[in-house]
Amino acid sequence: MKPAPFRYHRPRSLGEALALLAEHGPQAKLIAGGQSLGPLMNMRLAQPAELVDLNSLPGLDFVNEKEDAIEIGALATHHAVASSPLVRSRCPLLAEAAQSIGHYAIRTRGTLGGSLAHADPAAQLPLVAATLGAEIAAAGPRGERRIPAAGFFVSLMSTVLEPDEIIVSLRVPMAAPGERHAYQQFSRRRGDFAIVAVATTLLMDKKGNAKNLRLGIGGAEDKPVVLAEFKSLDPDAVARAAREAVNPAENPRVPAVYRRELVEVLARRALLKAMGK
Amino acid sequence: MSEFELTVNGSCYAVRAEPRKLLSDVLREDCRLTGTHVGCEHGVCGACTVLVDDRPARACLVYAVQMQGRSITTIEAVAAGGRPSRLQQALHEAHGLQCGFCTPGIVMTFEAYLKENPRPSEEEVREVLSGNLCRCTGYQNIVAAILKAADAKA
Repeated sequence: MKPAPFRYHRPRSLGEALALLAEHGPQAKLIAGGQSLGPLMNMRLAQPAELVDLNSLPGLDFVNEKEDAIEIGALATHHAVASSPLVRSRCPLLAEAAQSIGHYAIRTRGTLGGSLAHADPAAQLPLVAATLGAEIAAAGPRGERRIPAAGFFVSLMSTVLEPDEIIVSLRVPMAAPGERHAYQQFSRRRGDFAIVAVATTLLMDKKGNAKNLRLGIGGAEDKPVVLAEFKSLDPDAVARAAREAVNPAENPRVPAVYRRELVEVLARRALLKAMGK
Repeated sequence: MSEFELTVNGSCYAVRAEPRKLLSDVLREDCRLTGTHVGCEHGVCGACTVLVDDRPARACLVYAVQMQGRSITTIEAVAAGGRPSRLQQALHEAHGLQCGFCTPGIVMTFEAYLKENPRPSEEEVREVLSGNLCRCTGYQNIVAAILKAADAKA
């Protein structure tokens, strides 16, 4: 459980970090909190030749209000996101999801940018970013670009991020007035990755029916699935529609039918919770 | 090989180590601070938890070379002047350990957590404790000890 040898780089600015990526190409790997990359390297599933440590980059751990959105720096830890009064009050789904990541000592190291770049299909932050229609800002040699989170994740641990780009921030829309949310996940033990996770936001009309429903599903496929079009917003109908919408891969430990079942159960629970029922 | 300085428990250590050397190994082998225990070495068991700038961190998921300019606190610094901290005393009184292998990680985790949340509920204690595996106790007395320590802080 010791990592393979690597050369260590500690850039002091974003420009320096980008130059290192340009110089070393695919040999280089970025490390931020290291809570996913560390285990992979210790188990030698990842053996980067050049390790570029982002922890000395200044000014990337902010949580700021920006117009009708919250902008969060890539180096903000899950703990910082989950305990930010701004996030808790204006984007409570994100705070709740961040609070459910791993364990306390993981959340105090793991970073927002790292989780998005790592793109584990069962991870909380990719799911919430996609569900909320967040935007990821990435810096590269051609300047900075904004990528909608819904199109950011390609498949298992793979994103549209180019090898010479670095995530710098995430822009998450604030919850609309009256918006309700719920986050539900099922994992074998507290702190494990979810087998299936569901995030939802909705509004309620005067009759107590849901409207403007968005439902994100993590863990069911190789990237988050977001549903926004439903024939009926009855919780049972939504849960069945969610079940039909996903196509989980067969896995010897988790059969596809089991994941489908979880999608339906968690979608129903999330919806009822968000509706206050 | 890299040469760098580490600040551990307020003391400065000159370290010569490969960049890949884990903080947990440098603490034990180079700094000779063997109170930090090494369990799973991939961030699951929590035995190697130390504080980095007063925040808990798995020492097996950090390379020592990354820790230049940071302040590291290990279990050796907790019983100031040989007097157990409130948490250590409570673990002793409530029989919150058996073999003791996981204990340093639990102490470090909760020394930090109780500063942040001095009066946690039992549910909160259990949630945070989920990051530290104990194979002896069944956790009941650890939870009781932590709640007792929190109570004593009030």
